[in-house]
Amino acid sequence: MLRASLKSLFSRKLRLTLSVLAVVLGVMFVSGSFVLTDALGRSFDNMFSSSMTSTDVLVTAKPTIDVSELEGESVPGLLTAADRDRVAAVAGAGQVVGEVQADGARVVGADGKVVTSYGPPRFGGNWTGETGGLRLREGRAPAAADEIAVNVLLAELGKLKVGDRVGVLTTQPKQVFTLVGVFGYEGGLPSRGPVQEVRFTEPVAQRLMLGTPGAYTSISVTAAAGTDAAALRDAIRAALGDGYTVQTGAEAAAAIAGDFKEALAFFNKILLGFAGVALFVGSFLILNTFSIIVAERTRELALQRALGASRRQVIRTMLVESLVIGGIASVAGLAAGVGVGALLANLAADMNKLVLAGIGVPPAAVLGAFGVGMIVTLIAALLPAVRASRVPPIAALQEVAIPDRPLTRLTVSGSVLAAAGAGLITWAMAADGDTAMWLLLGGVLGAFVGVALLSPALARPTVSLLGRLFSWSVPGRLGRLNSGRNPRRTAITAAALMVGVALITGVNTMLTSVEQSLRGNAAESFQADLIISGQESPGVLPTFDAALLPGMRRLPGVVSVAAEYNDQAVIDGEPGWAKAVTDLPAIVRDLSLPTVAGSLAQPGPREVVLDDETARESGLSVGDTVSVRPTRGEPAEYRITGVYQRVEFYGGYVFGTDITAQMRSQQPSFAYVTLASGADERAVRDGLTALLADSPEMLVENQTEYLDRQLGDVAQLMLMIQVLLGLAIVIAILGVINTLAMSVLERTREIGLLRAIGLGRAATMRMVTVEAVVITVFGALLGLVVGAGLGAVMVRGLADDGLKELALPWAQMGTYLALGVVVGVLAAVLPAISAARVNVLRAIAHD
Amino acid sequence: MTTAAPPQSRQRAETAAARAAGVWKVYGSGEAQVVALRDVDVELERGRFTAIMGPSGSGKSTLMHCLAGLDSVTRGQVSIGETAVTGLSDAGLTKLRRDKVGFIFQQFNLLPTLSAEENILLPLAIAGRRPDPAWYATVIDTVGLRDRLHHRPSQLSGGQQQRVACARALVARPEVIFADEPTGNLDSRSGAEVLAFLRRSVTEYGQTIIMVTHDANAASYADRVVFLADGAIVHELTSPSADAVLDTMKSLDRRDGR
Ligand SMILES: Nc1ncnc2c1ncn2[C@@H]1O[C@H](COP(=O)(O)OP(=O)(O)OP(=O)(O)O)[C@@H](O)[C@H]1O
Ligand SMILES: [Mg+2]
Repeated sequence: MLRASLKSLFSRKLRLTLSVLAVVLGVMFVSGSFVLTDALGRSFDNMFSSSMTSTDVLVTAKPTIDVSELEGESVPGLLTAADRDRVAAVAGAGQVVGEVQADGARVVGADGKVVTSYGPPRFGGNWTGETGGLRLREGRAPAAADEIAVNVLLAELGKLKVGDRVGVLTTQPKQVFTLVGVFGYEGGLPSRGPVQEVRFTEPVAQRLMLGTPGAYTSISVTAAAGTDAAALRDAIRAALGDGYTVQTGAEAAAAIAGDFKEALAFFNKILLGFAGVALFVGSFLILNTFSIIVAERTRELALQRALGASRRQVIRTMLVESLVIGGIASVAGLAAGVGVGALLANLAADMNKLVLAGIGVPPAAVLGAFGVGMIVTLIAALLPAVRASRVPPIAALQEVAIPDRPLTRLTVSGSVLAAAGAGLITWAMAADGDTAMWLLLGGVLGAFVGVALLSPALARPTVSLLGRLFSWSVPGRLGRLNSGRNPRRTAITAAALMVGVALITGVNTMLTSVEQSLRGNAAESFQADLIISGQESPGVLPTFDAALLPGMRRLPGVVSVAAEYNDQAVIDGEPGWAKAVTDLPAIVRDLSLPTVAGSLAQPGPREVVLDDETARESGLSVGDTVSVRPTRGEPAEYRITGVYQRVEFYGGYVFGTDITAQMRSQQPSFAYVTLASGADERAVRDGLTALLADSPEMLVENQTEYLDRQLGDVAQLMLMIQVLLGLAIVIAILGVINTLAMSVLERTREIGLLRAIGLGRAATMRMVTVEAVVITVFGALLGLVVGAGLGAVMVRGLADDGLKELALPWAQMGTYLALGVVVGVLAAVLPAISAARVNVLRAIAHD
Repeated sequence: MTTAAPPQSRQRAETAAARAAGVWKVYGSGEAQVVALRDVDVELERGRFTAIMGPSGSGKSTLMHCLAGLDSVTRGQVSIGETAVTGLSDAGLTKLRRDKVGFIFQQFNLLPTLSAEENILLPLAIAGRRPDPAWYATVIDTVGLRDRLHHRPSQLSGGQQQRVACARALVARPEVIFADEPTGNLDSRSGAEVLAFLRRSVTEYGQTIIMVTHDANAASYADRVVFLADGAIVHELTSPSADAVLDTMKSLDRRDGR
């Protein structure tokens, strides 16, 4: 029996290919992301261990502010020359080198613009000679205070040559240096990873990068001949005592690589999420394929039953078939995944100046591929298998198909599931952390499956309504009637598209609402006329010279310029952010901040104000003191002098300028500019821009421009999500093709008849296309409604977190609907051609 | 080869409704070659009811398909009215079928999604023409389906379905209607209803009908019966009785050595 059924399975090659393709795509995504992250992980390992080749022991200070990679950045602690001398005094220590390395050395390129980075650090450090694989390629080492060397990567990006005068922005305003050397790394590498590097002489590096003369970020030690690295490490640890991290070179390399791997693992999870979406959509396709196969084989199955096969045997054969499909798809998906993973790894390595450690197939990729591929296929085939087993033996003898069972049960269970899903999502919004994640996931899944179950009942009225749009032509009317013929099949085909569109619409609704709420709040309370802020710049907060402030205030038409300094700090024992302002009353006025308690006058030395929410959470009130540890200084007590009401984009601790001396950069990163009424905005902007000539990263913008730029990130995020969810739509297209191909096959006779009574080829194709478009538009509409619903539930759930408005992304929703039409037309191409090719004679020849 | 005298030409039959001249139809090649039609010359007059008969496999369906432009001929010429069918493109053939030809098949005549009325009007709808209300009413009354117009094919009996198919073929007033064993699947009473209807449409409305059949009784409704054997026309009868048809068939079978 199994042999027979496998044979009939393989005789349906096209259908098999289409359904396998859906699983293959999903599995490819899963295994590809594992292969990619594995290859990159090992490459990073190699890179970091090669950077530690000439370090036996590495000493660093415990970080001042210790937060995980995902929460923000840890602020490393500093070492002193005294520390270095103590290390050098340890027996067995060979060469001892104090190293300075900090992110935030921005070089002005030959075009006058700061050389940008899309994420990787721009290190500034001290020249320590050709150690750790560093090789001078051109020129010489920096020897004077106004000399620097840069790595090959940076020289290429900035088009810099030895001998050039080069501006560098650090924690200090721009300073100009002479480029005296260009260096790379052994193996002909232009850099170590995608990192830009500037090397100063040691005192300059300490002053500009750390703001602390005589300080180091690490001390690299080589062991004297005959001394073991681990033994040396222990000896140094004993000599230094607490407050230091002492590692062997290998340990240090592993630790740095570990941070990167955490980020990679997070990236992997995101990719797996999208793979999940693809597979979920793919499972609809498989479900549909098996339903079609069962319908096609009704007689065959009935015959088997008549010949004595039990229901259980029928189910079993169907499931074995699904496992065969799942197995084939998993193998193909794994192979494709390794290919895609390798391709992306090569691309990523190339972009990141990494030496690729070679492509491997990690066990997770194999397990993931087979687990996911087989299980998804098996689950999707379960329902059709049960239905197959219900085929009565009498069906073998009758011409008529088994009548469609009523949809009541489906509709009821669909409604219940959808409602439960919505409930879970609402609950998830109130919960937090991992629980919220799982509740949300469960809710969304429930909602989707619920709506999918509801969709056959919805299909009938919607499809007939939609079809009316096309009813003006005969092929259109025929197409519309055809799409209403098998509501289950129409519905499940549309459901696949629904999932993709709903996810995009849901996310879009959320983001649009966030944007709308922000804009709404801003319009209400944001009164500053101009804002000076830094361009998006990973790793560092761009700043400008505080000395420019008086000049700005003197510009005609300017009423006030309130500058703001920002840095991390440990406040009340918690890592967080500290703001320091030059003119709190101006900010209070510009942002319409209401006073809750105390006074919002400019905080004096050792004074601080904070927002009402933070005050409530920390149990603080006016008159209390709070301990603050800035990044470059000792902890101190600050007295609370006022509490203001938190607004959407302004909150937290606000200090006076006394604390800026202990921040990493003593320069402001932000300023609110208020103009006199009737002032010439254009002229003031020009004046400010001219003053900021040496700070090319700072922008002068009005409110709208500033908000647009801030929200530009939202748009970018949206684009990325849309691209990734595009995969779900591709799979949905496969499903539509599958359904249509099936319909055309089933109706060969009818098509032949229509052709015989005068329907032309083009009209035949139009008929199939209308059928497809009706299905996909139905799917898209369903997706829009469900997506808007999901978005609305989430927005409502986040109302307490400041999401006050529900804004639907109408323009995008229109686009998705249009996309539905396009998808339908595309999917119809092949089936329409095969319908037009139907041989009239063969179709009507009775057998 | 015994051939009856050619039928007298009637007033309306200046040109034939359909004509085959030196038509050959060969399927396959080499060993598997089958000659389905060999050098067939036939003219089918306007306003007459012609039956094509012959033993199974003699080429009746093939001849009809070639005449109707559903199949291409290997050699020879086919024309319908003034139009040369041979050599028409698919678009040309589609237009021909749309404007000049009606079909009634043995089964699967109707679209299951459309009501009887919609099925009847489908060829006109496809051609973008409006039905002539008076003619439509006449057709509906002639086939006797007025109370069944809004039923789906699945709610109609086999005989009713065939009558709907007849009405569909008639309503567009094509130059010629081709029917391939239209009563093959019907019991004798429903068959008789359908045949009587076809007969009336020829007698009363001057419709041209060409019908392939196995059944001597069905052939007796025709004005003229053309007999095929082994792909060639071997005999014909004019206004035959059922018995005369049966006798001819028997003699053909004997000729085949059965
Ligand atoms: N597509 C084809 N390929 C090969 N041979 C064919 C094809 N169609 C018909 N034939 C052959 O051509 C001959 C005539 O077939 P045709 O269908 O015209 O016979 P018929 O007279 O209609 O028979 P019946 O009364 O059984 O319907 C037969 O020998 C048949 O086998
Ligand atoms: Mg035949």
